[in-house]
Amino acid sequence: MPDPVLSIRNLVVEFRTEDGIVHAVDDISYDVYPGETLGIVGESGSGKSVSTLALLGLIPQPPGRIVGGSADFRGRDLLKLKKRELRDFRGKEVAMIFQDPMTSLNPVLKVGFQLGEAIKTHFPKEKDSAVKARVIELLGLVGVPNPDSRYDQYPHEFSGGMRQRAMIAMSIANSPSLLIADEPTTALDVTIQAQVLEVMKRVQAETQAATILITHDLGIVAELCDRVLVMYGGRIVETGDVQTIFGKPRHPYTIGLMDSLPRLTEDEEWLRPIPGQPPSLINRPSGCAFHPRCFHSQGRVRCREEVPELREIEGEGHGSACHFAEELRERPSRFAQTVGDAA
Amino acid sequence: MTELEHPGGPGSIEDRAGHESAAVAPVTQAVDGIVVGGEGAIADTTVAAGLEIQVRSQWSYARTRFLRHRLAMASLIVLVFVFAVGALANLVAPYSYATLDLANILHGPTTQGHHFFGTDEIGRDYFSRVIYGIRTSEEVGVFVAVLSSIIGLVVGAFAGYYGGWIDNILMRVTDLVLVLPALAILLTISALLGSGSQWRVSLILAAFFWTGLARIVRGVFLSLREKEYVEAAKAAGSGDIRIMFRHILPNTLGPIVVNGTLAVATAILTEAALSFLGFGIKPPLPSLGSLVVSGQSNPQQWWLTIFPGLTILVIVLCINFIGDGLRDALDPTQRRIRA
Amino acid sequence: MLTYITRRVLYSIPVLIISSFLSFTFVSLAGDPLGQLRLQPNLSILTLNNLKQQYHLDASIPAQYWYWVQDVFTHKLGISLVTLQPIWPDITRTLGHTLQIVLTAELLALVLGVVVGIFSAIRQYSFFDYWFTSFSFLGLAMPVFWLALLLQILFVDIYLKWHVRIFYTSGLNSRAGGSAFSLDRLQHIALPVITLMVISFALYSRYMRATMLDVLNSDYVRTARAKGLPEWRVVMGHVFRNALIPITTVSALNIGAVFGGAIITETIFTLDGIGYYFYGRLQALDVYAVMAYLLLTSVMIIVFNLIADILYGFLDPRIRYD
Repeated sequence: MPDPVLSIRNLVVEFRTEDGIVHAVDDISYDVYPGETLGIVGESGSGKSVSTLALLGLIPQPPGRIVGGSADFRGRDLLKLKKRELRDFRGKEVAMIFQDPMTSLNPVLKVGFQLGEAIKTHFPKEKDSAVKARVIELLGLVGVPNPDSRYDQYPHEFSGGMRQRAMIAMSIANSPSLLIADEPTTALDVTIQAQVLEVMKRVQAETQAATILITHDLGIVAELCDRVLVMYGGRIVETGDVQTIFGKPRHPYTIGLMDSLPRLTEDEEWLRPIPGQPPSLINRPSGCAFHPRCFHSQGRVRCREEVPELREIEGEGHGSACHFAEELRERPSRFAQTVGDAA
Repeated sequence: MTELEHPGGPGSIEDRAGHESAAVAPVTQAVDGIVVGGEGAIADTTVAAGLEIQVRSQWSYARTRFLRHRLAMASLIVLVFVFAVGALANLVAPYSYATLDLANILHGPTTQGHHFFGTDEIGRDYFSRVIYGIRTSEEVGVFVAVLSSIIGLVVGAFAGYYGGWIDNILMRVTDLVLVLPALAILLTISALLGSGSQWRVSLILAAFFWTGLARIVRGVFLSLREKEYVEAAKAAGSGDIRIMFRHILPNTLGPIVVNGTLAVATAILTEAALSFLGFGIKPPLPSLGSLVVSGQSNPQQWWLTIFPGLTILVIVLCINFIGDGLRDALDPTQRRIRA
Repeated sequence: MLTYITRRVLYSIPVLIISSFLSFTFVSLAGDPLGQLRLQPNLSILTLNNLKQQYHLDASIPAQYWYWVQDVFTHKLGISLVTLQPIWPDITRTLGHTLQIVLTAELLALVLGVVVGIFSAIRQYSFFDYWFTSFSFLGLAMPVFWLALLLQILFVDIYLKWHVRIFYTSGLNSRAGGSAFSLDRLQHIALPVITLMVISFALYSRYMRATMLDVLNSDYVRTARAKGLPEWRVVMGHVFRNALIPITTVSALNIGAVFGGAIITETIFTLDGIGYYFYGRLQALDVYAVMAYLLLTSVMIIVFNLIADILYGFLDPRIRYD
């Protein structure tokens, strides 16, 4: 197993608000290996975005605060770097794609300029013409038609899907080793989503960058990811490769997620949501954060009182943070057969 | 080109239906054949974890946010005190605003004879005059704010809701008013209609102030009339007026309150300016603005200038802070995280 | 762009017509334009009647209005019926003085307001921010006439106590002093400029701060940071340009208030400006002079608004005036 590109250990991030301290990320640890796509799945408020924003120092420090932990990127702890040093990584070794392409591009600057900026910041000596050529090449790579005329257009002249493609182009401009995509398709039409996902797959194949794909959409996870992290209430509750997570989920929350997907092939009378609401990150439930909504807990005391640690279950790389994960073995899974190579 | 939200996958929080269907949960659990603990443990823990959906109205939420705004609260207290003094002028003021005391002209502030703010050039007690001036300002401010809000609301509602030529005409009128040099026109109208009483001046001011609110209200009505719940109401047979009042209007109450509050301040300042220039409230009726005039003619007697001006400043400052606090409280989209 | 401008100009004409007609009606109904003259004992009835005929004072108001409009174009705003002097020279002279004061004040307010707003936003909740926010709250709450008076009293006091003239408290020039750009003039307009500036400054700095904060927290600024841009480039290249856009609108909307403030300030500091002129003419119920002022200021406000809209179109590429 090659060395991980990114190793996060015991990361804790909190926010101070008028209503109290929000424990956004509570002691998470994971690795990302070169060339792989790691999916981080969870509801809004599960902390999935915050952990990656913290990496790049994009969390406003009041009210946010990185309380502890380390983020080792190729031998350097990103959390300990000074602002100036961190800037060297941003947009070059580690790049980020954000969720909403409508608002993520500056409306008063030309698209070509904004992409060019990404390159010139890290390679100031490059000639303008070379930068422009590279930008046009990138736009072509992500499938923006007529890239040379599009170069001089403004974001509002691009459609949503094209804007997101431009964002992707911007992020790979400097051939990063780690790409973080935070819900890149959530704000798009379904048909456009498919196209953008296509682009992402192509980009992955070309750049061989390690990718962290943050999403709440299991379908995307099935298509694009090699491994999966499931987060809940600021903690990791299950991890494993994509086949295992879909085929043999061993945490009640993951099972709940799988179950709540409507089946297209059968008649269903009722939808099966996970009952209750996501936990307040200010007043988290005691013990396991999921226990109030958990079908498996059955009111057991251990769930109420003891915070479950992530531990290895049944095989390499498959971890679950449930006290009674073993008991879930008998559950038949919906996706045991269907998850294979997603085309 | 519309960007639809991705119809949420599992656990998508954007999907409100998820929350509502949580109420259906017990049934689905039974259907799934999951064993529920005999003690009704799930129900207990559900409640214990505070998963009951609490309904809080927009107003209680706004009220909580406002109370947290310390500056606004402090200003509210000060303002209430000052306005109370003005409202109870007849009881609080040691003298009437016209009582002369020619033996004691141009005295500085003193406790003798309760002349806390001194006396003016014909011996009137300044403290009393300021108090009555506060009362006048109150009356003008509130009256103008209320009247202009009503006019602005009606105009904006009709313009925004009906659109078309009604909107066109009403907006042209608004534009007209906006293009005119405000103070000059007010002065002109006052010069001619004759001013004098605070009610006359208020009417004149209100005739100008409604345009700001009309625009805001129009904007709200324009954007909301396309919403689905309006269509639904129409389909159910509701008349236009009913739709306007019950469905759309409540959304404008926030801006109306904020705008109205700030309008009080603007009205007070404008009336003071008009009175100072001699075209507003005419003596002997006291106005804080015209009081400053005695300060102008007697620059050595600092109290004649300072006290009325300071009073205006304090009142307007308090109103501005309160307006700010209200805006914070009533605008749910603003997130202020205080360190 | 040109079509847009012509459309706006054409559109303003009916507005001007209606507003001037309404004002004219008001002013005419208010008083007898010849009222002042009638009080003069040495003017014969014959002269008065002649004037009446010459200026169509017996005709209906709309007719009088029409004659006035004609006068505006052919006789350069006509003749004051109180002084029997042409209006144009007075107006142009006073307007020049007022513009000198108003433009200086607005320019200073804009520049300072923008700078302070930017720093307040970048260093939010700092000492600097706290002081300037308080200052702008104060500025917005201060009555113009009171501030002017206070400044006047203060500097008169300084002169009386220490016999040093820092700023003059009345008039545009001292006896010896001269042109529009002399130090003497500067000393005279300093106080009025400061007065007018304070309130505009308060408005602009608050707006700038609020807009900056909005922009600083926006998604595209987050993207810019994620690209690795140094903070100063983020602020100057991305934030600043976006934050400037609303300021143009605010300053255009403010111009009417500034002219109003000019009336007050010029009156208190006895400056030979158009505001003081208007005030005097209004008190004398000098119809044509008052109308001249109203017409001129309306035109200026319309022009300022148009300039602001065009600027806005330059700054924001999303707006295309086709």
